[in-house]
Amino acid sequence: MNRDPTLPILVAVSVILLAAGPFLPRWAMFLINVSLCYGIVVLGMMLLMRTGVVSFGHGLYYCLGAYAAGTLDQVCKISDMAVMLVAAVIVTALASAALGLLLRKYRDIFFAMLSLAFSMILYGLLVKTSSLGSSDGFNIAATKIAGFTVAGTSVERYVRYALTVVCAFAAGAFMYRYLNSHMGRLAEAIRDNELRVEYMGASVRNVIHVNYMISAVLAGVGGALAAIAVGHIDPEMAYWTTSGEFVFVGILSGTSSILAPFLGAFIFETIRSFAYEYSPNTWQMALGITMLVVIMFLPGGLWSLFTRKRKAA
Amino acid sequence: MAIVLEAKGLNKSFGAVTAANDINVAVERDAVVGLIGSNGAGKTTFINMVTGYLKPSSGTIDFGGRDITPLSPRQITRLGICRSFQIPQLFNSLSVYENLLVGIGIVVSGGKNWSETSHHVGTPGEAVDGMLERFKLSDYRDKFAGVLPEGIRKLLDIAMAMAVKPKILLLDEPTSGVSADEKFTLMDMVMEAVRAQKVTVLFVEHDMEIVTRYTQRVLAFYEGRIIADGLPAVVLGDIEVRKYVTGEAHVAGGHHAAH
Repeated sequence: MNRDPTLPILVAVSVILLAAGPFLPRWAMFLINVSLCYGIVVLGMMLLMRTGVVSFGHGLYYCLGAYAAGTLDQVCKISDMAVMLVAAVIVTALASAALGLLLRKYRDIFFAMLSLAFSMILYGLLVKTSSLGSSDGFNIAATKIAGFTVAGTSVERYVRYALTVVCAFAAGAFMYRYLNSHMGRLAEAIRDNELRVEYMGASVRNVIHVNYMISAVLAGVGGALAAIAVGHIDPEMAYWTTSGEFVFVGILSGTSSILAPFLGAFIFETIRSFAYEYSPNTWQMALGITMLVVIMFLPGGLWSLFTRKRKAA
Repeated sequence: MAIVLEAKGLNKSFGAVTAANDINVAVERDAVVGLIGSNGAGKTTFINMVTGYLKPSSGTIDFGGRDITPLSPRQITRLGICRSFQIPQLFNSLSVYENLLVGIGIVVSGGKNWSETSHHVGTPGEAVDGMLERFKLSDYRDKFAGVLPEGIRKLLDIAMAMAVKPKILLLDEPTSGVSADEKFTLMDMVMEAVRAQKVTVLFVEHDMEIVTRYTQRVLAFYEGRIIADGLPAVVLGDIEVRKYVTGEAHVAGGHHAAH
């Protein structure tokens, strides 16, 4: 039996990205950075999909994580990236613990719509909050990491990039272990047959709640990292189209490997960047066609390209 | 012998239909009890009430001296009453091995909430392989549950109920959908596992050959009531049972033949 190559690949790609960072052109570094932020969020979406529920409102936590980081800088004058990340984790964990109490009772379209409603409430609140810049949002400056001041723009850029790579690695490694644990198998069992899970003595609602919280925290971390990378945040991050993009990338990627969300996010961001550059008015069409092609030819997502080949070999 | 399960004055009606009418049963530890009756007689309703899926309109169910009537199916399962299903309830996209591993994982991660019989020897993986061997499922170890033949699905369904180490096992028509030449092999395997783990068994069955061969006691249901309760030979010879359940006494049955 072949050993699962997922972890070695994850380590290798992370090391290569860290080493190659200083030599990358600015646009490529930014593209990879933003893709990885997206990838972390989609990693959480993947966990939810494997549990059998789809959230159309994960923009809520993406935005919440970003605003947790942003308000630290704006209001408390703390511009330490590490502190910002911790704040994003705490805020999203608490929010998802509370909202999960309600959401865990719902499935399918009801789960999706209710989560969408929550995210739109946050959007509405932020748009009306003038002290946080209303619909314009505000700029954030993350100039320190764990107490050290990062000086010089190119160093600063690399540090932000490296932080994202390390976080993406940690998120990926955690998810790999989690999916291969009892809880990970239970998630798939729930997607297959909730009745049987209950009749074997496990609480379906608890598992869905825990997985919802994990995915929310990942979305928060992704949001905070994106805020740090872009240097600007606005309420659009909680808008339903943002949440829709996460679902889009989740389906595009497939759920069979923890590497899939990162690959899917990278392809998504690449298509978006180039489509936007070459046809600013119809760039969504390029994404739409990509999705159509994936659904028609790779119903298991992009990752099924690899698993298919392995089965044939 | 100690009483492990006791139903007292159980009633259940769905609108005008009475599915359980003053059911009183006490089951002894390690007994193997058959539940017989025509469709709609109340056998599955009884099983559903014992497992907490349906709440009785009145009456109580005691398990090991504890009133379990208000508990949820999950709480009752955790106390040690497990069931299999007439239509196998499996995790179709997981392998046979993983299906059982989920069950044993639940036992292992359950910690102190579990009954004292629930400690497996060795790693969860070893425990699963042991079960696969006992139920002769080793050949199907890495197959997805969704692609198995019906007889194997049935067997896996029962093995999954056994994986969570029950004290009482409720089987809903274990041999329905199983071919005639496989049904005794299946029941032999199940009964061997049941004896090894010292489990009390109640099973719903339409096949009287199976009932006479494997049970020590039979409960015959008719219109929500228990019309006979005793040794298989006695119950199956009972005139009412012959009339309403096994259908051997049709002529004497008169207007009831329409059922």
